[in-house]
Amino acid sequence: MLRSFGLPGSPVSLLETLTGTGQPCLAMHIPDGFLSLPVSLVTWAISIALIALALRQVKVDYQDRAVPLMGICAAFIFAAQMINFPIPGGTSGHLLGGTLAGVLLGPWAGTLVMTVVFIVQAVLFQDGGLTVLGANIFNMGLVGTFGGYYLYKTLRSALGFNRWRGMAIAVAITAWLSVVVGSLVCALQLAISGTVPLAVAVTAMVGWHILIGIGEALITLVAISYVWRTRPDLLYDPPRIAAQKYPLPNLDPR
Amino acid sequence: MSSTKTKKNIAFWLTGLGSALLIAAVVSPFASSNPDGLDRVSEDHGFDTKAQADPPSHKLPFYSVFDEYALRGVPSAVATPLAGVIGTLVVFGLAWGTGKLLVRPSGVEGSGLGSESDGADRG
Repeated sequence: MLRSFGLPGSPVSLLETLTGTGQPCLAMHIPDGFLSLPVSLVTWAISIALIALALRQVKVDYQDRAVPLMGICAAFIFAAQMINFPIPGGTSGHLLGGTLAGVLLGPWAGTLVMTVVFIVQAVLFQDGGLTVLGANIFNMGLVGTFGGYYLYKTLRSALGFNRWRGMAIAVAITAWLSVVVGSLVCALQLAISGTVPLAVAVTAMVGWHILIGIGEALITLVAISYVWRTRPDLLYDPPRIAAQKYPLPNLDPR
Repeated sequence: MSSTKTKKNIAFWLTGLGSALLIAAVVSPFASSNPDGLDRVSEDHGFDTKAQADPPSHKLPFYSVFDEYALRGVPSAVATPLAGVIGTLVVFGLAWGTGKLLVRPSGVEGSGLGSESDGADRG
């Protein structure tokens, strides 16, 4: 069942690696060769569909004050992704940034920003395979920009939309969860591809990313808090204080 | 009034881009070198055969410029910081450009850097 999608030429098994050599150290940029063709194609299709939707929504929904912020957000996430922080157990993790982009720019522009980051990483720096780019964009980007954003908005509304505390708790939980869910989705893709048995993939991936997600939550919270304190009007969902501090001549997004 | 707002915006953008560049240039050499990904694991544990040995990205011209996050042909001490700075500027330009092409200029006063050229050069 698990291997039903596996191609003859697909990677044999990660099991020996994971069990035989001690440290299972899995993070998330998938290289070429780890996913079967069907899994690659399906994840490409999902990502392209969501990116196309994002392109349309940005055209319709956004004002030009969002444009520079898209550049800054992409720059920051790219740079931050280079910084691997050590986690206990001899492995390391880095920011993914999907939730950060979603909270800052909303799901639509946030999705485009993440897509730009992953394309540049794969094309210029050979980080993440080109054939599995659709999966990488989905796991590390779209899970955060869509799932993360809508969960964040729900939580923030429940906890106090215009208060720092409500925002902070919502951002921290969402950022952490987006990493764990992203790693779970990645594990499923590896298992369906026949690269590694499901139980092993899920245990190793989720186990590490429960820890890596804490770093994601901290960095995302610091970054969003900085914007919240200095320019809350720039947030996709600004708190009410922002409107008083920076009154805008035209608030409706057309 | 509009110019103070523009100045405020520019200060904010410069802080954002500046901190990104600082992270890429100054912090990147201190990043943990512990294994961080399927790619790395396959190298460290000798099953490179499972990951494609010669992935499509190696056929791109950029492969002769960057060896992963290291600029080729410069001393190793600056290879990663330089790659980081170049990459940061590239994603900055691409993401800005994507937004610029998509978002219609609203013509709202002081609504950000995107409107400073009146958007007259964009269709």
